[in-house]
Amino acid sequence: MAALTKEETEALIQEVLEIYPEQARKDRAKHLAVNDQSLEKSNKCITSNRKSQPGVMTIRGCAYAGSKGVVWGPIKDMIHISHGPVGCGQYSRAGRRNYYVGTTGINTFGTMNFTSDFTEKDIVFGGDKKLAKIMTEIEQLFPLNKGISIQSECPIGLIGDDIEAVAKKANKEIGKPVVPVRCEGFRGVSQSLGHHIANDAIRDWVLENRDGDESFPTTPYDVAVIGDYNIGGDAWASRTLLEEMGLRVVAQWSGDGTIAEMEKTPKVKLNLIHCYRSMNYIARHMEEKYKIPWIEYNFFGPTKIAESLRKIAALFDETIQAGAEKVIAKYQAEYDAVIAKYKPRLQGKRVMLYVGGLRPRHVIGAYEDLGMEVVGTGYEFGHNDDYDRTIKEMGNATLIYDDVTGYEFEEFVKRVQPDLIGSGIKEKYIFQKMGIPFRQMHSWDYSGPYHGYDGFAIFARDMDMTLNNPCWKQVKVPWKTDDTSKVAVAAGA
Amino acid sequence: MPSVMLKKNAEGKLVFYVPKKDLEEVAETVEFDTPEKWGGEVLLSDGSKYYFEPIDGQPDFPVTLRAKRIDSGE
Repeated sequence: MAALTKEETEALIQEVLEIYPEQARKDRAKHLAVNDQSLEKSNKCITSNRKSQPGVMTIRGCAYAGSKGVVWGPIKDMIHISHGPVGCGQYSRAGRRNYYVGTTGINTFGTMNFTSDFTEKDIVFGGDKKLAKIMTEIEQLFPLNKGISIQSECPIGLIGDDIEAVAKKANKEIGKPVVPVRCEGFRGVSQSLGHHIANDAIRDWVLENRDGDESFPTTPYDVAVIGDYNIGGDAWASRTLLEEMGLRVVAQWSGDGTIAEMEKTPKVKLNLIHCYRSMNYIARHMEEKYKIPWIEYNFFGPTKIAESLRKIAALFDETIQAGAEKVIAKYQAEYDAVIAKYKPRLQGKRVMLYVGGLRPRHVIGAYEDLGMEVVGTGYEFGHNDDYDRTIKEMGNATLIYDDVTGYEFEEFVKRVQPDLIGSGIKEKYIFQKMGIPFRQMHSWDYSGPYHGYDGFAIFARDMDMTLNNPCWKQVKVPWKTDDTSKVAVAAGA
Repeated sequence: MPSVMLKKNAEGKLVFYVPKKDLEEVAETVEFDTPEKWGGEVLLSDGSKYYFEPIDGQPDFPVTLRAKRIDSGE
């Protein structure tokens, strides 16, 4: 089906908005836009980072999800206490597939769930004593932990527990970093504020721990990978490329990361930001305090990887620049083969995305490398600076939707008829039942890594596997099949 | 009175960042921008104007300063 023109897309948005009551329509209209590459600033066409309307089905998370699930959770050698009732921690446990190396329960704790399991009694009398007791127990049971973070769930803020005081006391007792994080779920409009709160907690409680300590030997090629959560091994696939070009990766924030790495980050020469949305705050802070410059990069798809490697190398000397060229040349045969194999199978297919963080714009390049076209994209919790960066990546007259509701997304899909949708688990089965191939793009649909050249091969294979799966021909219900196929069935029987 | 994070970009131009508003703009002109004095009215590329108390000497970029908003440019 042909691409929609600008007028058609605008008409589609109006048509979808019609069902809403007036107030909701006015609000939602601000979050839906037709992309126009000539715009420099997204605030001319789209509003973002606003409270979702009551009554619509949003796909957002909460501040606790942003802090515990995204930023703090992957730090493997710390124990993250989900402080509050048991559910928040238990139902999100290990769901994000942040891979790590280590022995779980001995020196790493990534997939385990620690919770203070609040009950009525704790809400009434306060949970500070319980929290202190938990931390003593943790020290006894898991002596190899390198620190504890306290991830507040909603009730902590509501009953006014003083977790900072408990943390300071515990820090003295056990002699390890104890970080209280005020990421109660009700704060802010989405997980985005949770990222910010988590960044601020790192700034206040972790980052300056080794200030004035010069015992860590540095090199001119020290970098930190920031905002790579090692989903399905992403950070490893990225790290190899950086190391091959001659850089030394001192820290991974926070996929497969450790607290020691974070404490050493102020000593690096450059911060590399992959997920801008969740970690730009700390990068900006380090720039101001430690004068460490930062740049954004994109390791999805060979075009963007080469672009990013060159951009990173340009900030170093000739050895690194030569190293970057060497890396690109080394993998060329590999990614050319991937493109040669999958491009003919995927050419011209149209994709709609709705994810969070960096992906709505970062994966566009990878799809384009495979000859596919992204015809709609949107962020769950993006801010306007994310949309600023998206406008140029997307084609003209494509759809952009912020905090899209379940209803809007379905209607858009019905009209645009994409060949593939990339979104989250809550959307997956709806669209699969509508007969549209779907990839869960939050945790790579249990696959990955997708970063780097190695990841691109897996990405291409997965997209092909999903899109060209013969099952999609079978999902049409019998009473909706056309006459020709009926004849074929009759002949076959 | 927003807190503004200021830094120089690769071209040496001043970049204006207001965290609370996700505002990231390049400054077109700065009223006083000499080694002796810095500050005054700053005009951003989106047309809005901000005012910084002039200070003696260049600030050590990147730096966070308080600014007064004069004109939204709308």
